[in-house]
Amino acid sequence: MARLALTGITKAYPGCIANQDVSLEVKAGEIHALLGENGAGKSTLMKIIYGVVKPDAGTFLWEGQAITVNGPSHARSMGIGMVFQHFSLFETLTVAENIALGLPKEEGRDLAALSKRIKEVSQHYNMGLDPERYVHTLSVGEQQRVEIVRCLLQDIKLLILDEPTSVLTPQEVKGLFKTLNTLSEEGCAILFISHKLDEVTELCHGATILRNGQVSGDCNPQQVTSADIARMMVGNDTPLSEDYVKAEGKEAVLSIRELDYRSDDPFASPLHKLSLQVKAGEILGIAGVAGNGQDELMALLSGEERCEKKAINLLGEDIGDLPPGLRRKLGFAFVPEERLGRGAVPDMSLQQNALLSSSHLGLINKGLINFAKVSEYAQNVITKYKVKSAGLSAQAKSLSGGNLQKFIIGREIEQNPKLLVCSHPTWGVDIGASILIRHALIDLRDRGAAILVVSEDIDELYQISDRICAICHGDLSPIKKTQEVNIETLGQWMAGQFGDESAGPTEGEPAYV
Amino acid sequence: MFNVSLKLEKRPSDSQTMSFLSPLLAILLTLICGGILFALLGHDPLEALYTFFISPLSDAYGWAELGIKVAPLLLCATGLMMCFKAKIWNIGAEGQFIMGGLGGSWAALQFMDASSSWVLVPIMLTGMASGLAWAAITAYLKTHFKANEILTTIMLNYIAVNALLWAVHGPLKDPQGFNFPESALFVDTTLLPLINEDYRLNISIFFGLFAVVAVWTLMSRTWVGYQIQVLGEDAKAARYAGFKENQLTWFALLTCGALAGLAGVSEVTGPIGQLIPSISPGYGYAAIIVVFLGRMNPIGLVFASMLLALTYMGGEMVQMEMALPKSLTGLFQGMLLFFLLACDLLISYRVVLVKKMLDKKVSPSATVDAA
Repeated sequence: MARLALTGITKAYPGCIANQDVSLEVKAGEIHALLGENGAGKSTLMKIIYGVVKPDAGTFLWEGQAITVNGPSHARSMGIGMVFQHFSLFETLTVAENIALGLPKEEGRDLAALSKRIKEVSQHYNMGLDPERYVHTLSVGEQQRVEIVRCLLQDIKLLILDEPTSVLTPQEVKGLFKTLNTLSEEGCAILFISHKLDEVTELCHGATILRNGQVSGDCNPQQVTSADIARMMVGNDTPLSEDYVKAEGKEAVLSIRELDYRSDDPFASPLHKLSLQVKAGEILGIAGVAGNGQDELMALLSGEERCEKKAINLLGEDIGDLPPGLRRKLGFAFVPEERLGRGAVPDMSLQQNALLSSSHLGLINKGLINFAKVSEYAQNVITKYKVKSAGLSAQAKSLSGGNLQKFIIGREIEQNPKLLVCSHPTWGVDIGASILIRHALIDLRDRGAAILVVSEDIDELYQISDRICAICHGDLSPIKKTQEVNIETLGQWMAGQFGDESAGPTEGEPAYV
Repeated sequence: MFNVSLKLEKRPSDSQTMSFLSPLLAILLTLICGGILFALLGHDPLEALYTFFISPLSDAYGWAELGIKVAPLLLCATGLMMCFKAKIWNIGAEGQFIMGGLGGSWAALQFMDASSSWVLVPIMLTGMASGLAWAAITAYLKTHFKANEILTTIMLNYIAVNALLWAVHGPLKDPQGFNFPESALFVDTTLLPLINEDYRLNISIFFGLFAVVAVWTLMSRTWVGYQIQVLGEDAKAARYAGFKENQLTWFALLTCGALAGLAGVSEVTGPIGQLIPSISPGYGYAAIIVVFLGRMNPIGLVFASMLLALTYMGGEMVQMEMALPKSLTGLFQGMLLFFLLACDLLISYRVVLVKKMLDKKVSPSATVDAA
């Protein structure tokens, strides 16, 4: 009898179905992985199990009995514990005080007894934790232990961990795995949500893979390779079509040399000695699962984050420490991942949004905005890129995702950049808009611009990239011509297995030593 | 089975109509509640409201007095509007106003034997600089230490009040003033020219109107204004575009400080004519209400400052005519802000009647891929 068995779970939100007919089984003592790309429906499923969201249909069997989870506290009383990706701890309180806050009154009141139990539990599971310490003095890994111990204090039967390793160092990951293995030997079922395929194959006994809200496969990670799992995540059936002629790049436009970066944000991914070149007249695609350093690389390229001057070179000029405006004057343009709330100001009109990144095109005269020119520019983008809107004065937030993305892409491309950097250019965009956007990118490439595309959409990368690579844990795989990389290899790269080639630069890349 | 309930529902896009109607609705609710209040105090509500809101404006003198109060409100509100557009919550116009008055008074006292009105130029500039310097403290703390401007400006307001009290009891006290905490009366050349000799209204009303037009032009036509707006609307987009957040913060705060300082110095060199302990009846705070009531719109700002100016006159009027406390002014201002904030909810939400069928079976409808 399985500890948890879900069958036919369906949850629809207005406009999308987050989970459709999802089935999942976790046995006692099993470490089960839940895998999928962003938006595949993992979080919704998790929230259903923890009682935060109620499913529209489907059965929930807990130790063989059909039940309805009424909410997180009900889930906890059943023995379900959850460790969220972002912790909910009060930094100014001690470990014991934080844990006491989540306990029922009678248990939380006796801090001394609680401290003793915290010590016992944490020692039993090899997680050193001092109940008297203040949370703000703890490392991120130690804070996570607080969250785990909080779950273990009760009689735990199912522990859900949402991407627990994303904030940990490799050593901490090892320690966490030890703890999880001990727990599983004691019969606790564990649901392990992750992006990182190598960890799944190392730790888990079973895996369920979600794609577009549906289960795309079940497997035993001990018996299949990371590449097989990657294939299930991105899809088997979609043809990796090659509609566009591949191009050969000319001189280098962007050179990144041994870029090392570590942000103050503990949730950010560090970059390690990352080097790459993007040449004029080519599209370089970077594949990878979200959270492996893409956002950090994008912010460093756009100038929203700065690094050492020499690490980034655009057309012969070192720009690592330049602000975004100066980079744009050199011919840089950038399409960020977030459309509303970064790429466009939600409450401003399209006319005003057109000015956001294109002020260097002569739209400003002695500090005064030339509204006629701005309107002309915005109208040109709207017409050329078939942006459906109520006109120049339509608020950005009133546009559909696809139309706003067309507008932003158009706004950047019409600046005639020498280098265009795109983050997830067709994420959450309908098919028609996707085709138009890809076509626009190819056109720009054929006019001689260098383009760097970061995407989770493998099909898209195969379709438009001339050269391709993958990023994992802040490391970049070798860069090769797209035709020479099959999806199995790319899957391995995305999992961080770069083979022997990762040691040195490849394919005419100059070595920066 | 039906179960009917009221529910707040988010509108697909903000209602322009409601944005315009909300202040009017708030004024109406304030009048109703004010009427109830007067009734509870044992007065005929209509008569009391008439005394409060209408009778102060029954003659030209009343209108001139209104103008005297509109000028400082308009100056402070204009500066605050710029800060609020950038989502810099400057509550410190009051302190900047007081420092402007204090600095300006010091300057005016240096020109006690001036024979030409040109000395007003350095006096006004000193007042503006004092308000600006006071705002600069906030700007420095915000940009260097990320100190929350709401806290720092409120604290600086109290410091400003005490600086003023110290000055009138100490260095700026009139030596021939029988030890009253007041400065000497300023000489005529250091007083702002009157528009008409029959009334107290002086040219500071033009400062206010000019400031509204200037700041409005800045915000709507210039690149700096655009950047301030983007910063306020969406800080991430401002970073994406590469706008310099700290510089914009300095600019908005200093401009507001200078305008509030000008209001302060205009007050001491205008209707007051000397430095006294109570140079502001809370203009800097009332200006916050003006900004929100006026929808951050130039014409709205003018009307809102007229209404707030009227609450000061109404308070005095009910005290004189009906022996009610003058603090009713604050009460009316508070109600106005309270109802305005409540009504503003209706800009992005609407109230709907929900008829809920019990035991409703939910079934998935259209099949759309999860985004």
